[in-house]
Amino acid sequence: MNNKKFKILAVPYIVWMLIFTIIPLALILVFAFTDRNAEGFRFTFDNIQFAARYLPVLIKSVYFATVATIICLVVAYPLAYIMSKMRLNHQRTMVMLVMLPMWMNFLLRTYAWMSILETNSGFLNRFLSIFNIGPVHIMYTQAAVILGMVYNYIPYMILPLYTIMIKIDNRLIEAAQDLGCNTYSVFRKVIIPLSFPGITSGITMTFVPAVSTFVISQLLGGPKNNLIGDLIESHFVSGGEYNPYYGSAISLLLMVVVFICIGIFNQFDNEEMEETLK
Amino acid sequence: MENNVIVSLKDIVVKYDGEQVLKNISLDIHDKEFITLLGPSGCGKTTTLRIIGGFVTPDSGEVFFDGKKINDIPPYKRQVNTVFQKYALFPHLNVYENIAFGLRLKKVPEKEINTRVLEMLELVNLSSFGRRNVDYLSGGQQQRVAIARALINHPRMLLLDEPLGALDLQLRKEMQIELKKIQQALKITFIYVTHDQEEALTMSDRVVVMNGGIINQIGTPQDIYNEPVNAFVAKFIGESNIIHGIMHADYDVEFASKRFKCLDKGFNKMELVDVVIRPEDITVCAPTDETINGTVETVTFKGVHYEIIVDSFGFKWKIHSTKSAKQGDFIGMNFTPDDIHIMKKSDSSPKFNMISGEATVNE
Repeated sequence: MNNKKFKILAVPYIVWMLIFTIIPLALILVFAFTDRNAEGFRFTFDNIQFAARYLPVLIKSVYFATVATIICLVVAYPLAYIMSKMRLNHQRTMVMLVMLPMWMNFLLRTYAWMSILETNSGFLNRFLSIFNIGPVHIMYTQAAVILGMVYNYIPYMILPLYTIMIKIDNRLIEAAQDLGCNTYSVFRKVIIPLSFPGITSGITMTFVPAVSTFVISQLLGGPKNNLIGDLIESHFVSGGEYNPYYGSAISLLLMVVVFICIGIFNQFDNEEMEETLK
Repeated sequence: MENNVIVSLKDIVVKYDGEQVLKNISLDIHDKEFITLLGPSGCGKTTTLRIIGGFVTPDSGEVFFDGKKINDIPPYKRQVNTVFQKYALFPHLNVYENIAFGLRLKKVPEKEINTRVLEMLELVNLSSFGRRNVDYLSGGQQQRVAIARALINHPRMLLLDEPLGALDLQLRKEMQIELKKIQQALKITFIYVTHDQEEALTMSDRVVVMNGGIINQIGTPQDIYNEPVNAFVAKFIGESNIIHGIMHADYDVEFASKRFKCLDKGFNKMELVDVVIRPEDITVCAPTDETINGTVETVTFKGVHYEIIVDSFGFKWKIHSTKSAKQGDFIGMNFTPDDIHIMKKSDSSPKFNMISGEATVNE
């Protein structure tokens, strides 16, 4: 009886999922395998074959996203740990600061990066020129794209890590020290294994949006650094390449790749976990 | 008792946010003894333990271990292990791996680890639990794992921070006996922190009674119980009647408007003192001129004994007796000079009201 009542509460979400997730997914699937000509819709593998030509772009996207995710993890992990050890009111301020950039539109923030990184008149090079250094060419390079990704997605790495780390009981750290751990082995034997769930969700939450990044890559990386996200976008916006059939096929390909990546990562993750248990 | 001092604290001061939680503590701990730090919460007992464990650095004062100053030695370099309050077992490791933790850090060969872990599991009666997840253990079992995890490192000294606090009474009693057995079998020093006076008296070779950041009394359980140094110790260790008195001379004390012989001396003439008489030392008798007399107010059955509250000129006397009394009866109270304990006045003395029998504060 009670159970039934609670199930009713799930209905809005189920409806939402149906309309905005399941149906679009089904549409992508349909579009990816159909074509339209004078006789109407017909089943075809042409779109997928077409999409497969963009495999290098896909690989590049995965590579960029992987590098960005690793950088995020390396930067965010110590930060999240330090945050978790701060006094409570300082912790709140830090969480605010981490989330603050998310309050501004990401396009605006990306344009800001452009004016910082510009080779000739950017803030960075003007600053460096004071010391007679530079100009450094970051704008329109892979580095600029990865920087943009790290900057945009790092909150999604920090927050899950921080949430897990504040739950680690300080007594466990003391117990580890008591049993002979120095600072390094406290991390290796206790803090890292206990923060594994945070690492896993942080990586997932960073990698998945990073691999489908678009606009950031165009603005900071220029045309030669177009990523799979840009490609999909270009097939859906009306203009030169408008073709939702191809666009859907590329999307589908991307989804499959993401699934495989997450699958591999989880596999690796489980093994790692078992390794640290020893 | 061995008189080798293993740990020595000298004039230790610890402040938290400007407030002194330990005020000049000095304490010698002997090798292989079972010593208990006893006191109410906030008295500084846990802080004292954490200084020895290396988790708190004193603001001033010195800590010696085996004669060497260890103020700045981090916990992992000390020959001391701790059983933490609420155990602090590693949730990502099973029972076996929790116990093996310290040995793995020392890179002990796998074969030896195995032998020693199995040995420990046997010591704490958990032989078949090695593969268990620690979250699925009962409180008592987790407790044993925590003890095994500490003892496997062969520490010179084991620190126990209220280890039985979370267990139910029956289990607590069993564990008290077990802990004492383990301590005697391994012949190492145990420093035990508790607020439970009964626990302290049951297990300890020596008890350190602390209050408000200072040590009130150090002694054997018998000493502490029979000769409390002040009203606080008397109140904290067991139940007692504390009444104002005057020392007329050595062995001669006045309280409740009567003169009594006692075994105490060395006070100033006519010095105001606290007089302590344990409830179980008082026997009910017929009222005479020599006894303190009063009316039985309540009688409560406590299992082993009756608790009788007697009102004598406003002072409520507590008596523990195996014989009941009748409510409203006018009775006398009898005790021997040996049962009278005289203590100097201190901060924890009952609020002064009147010197005679009309002093009204009990307990």
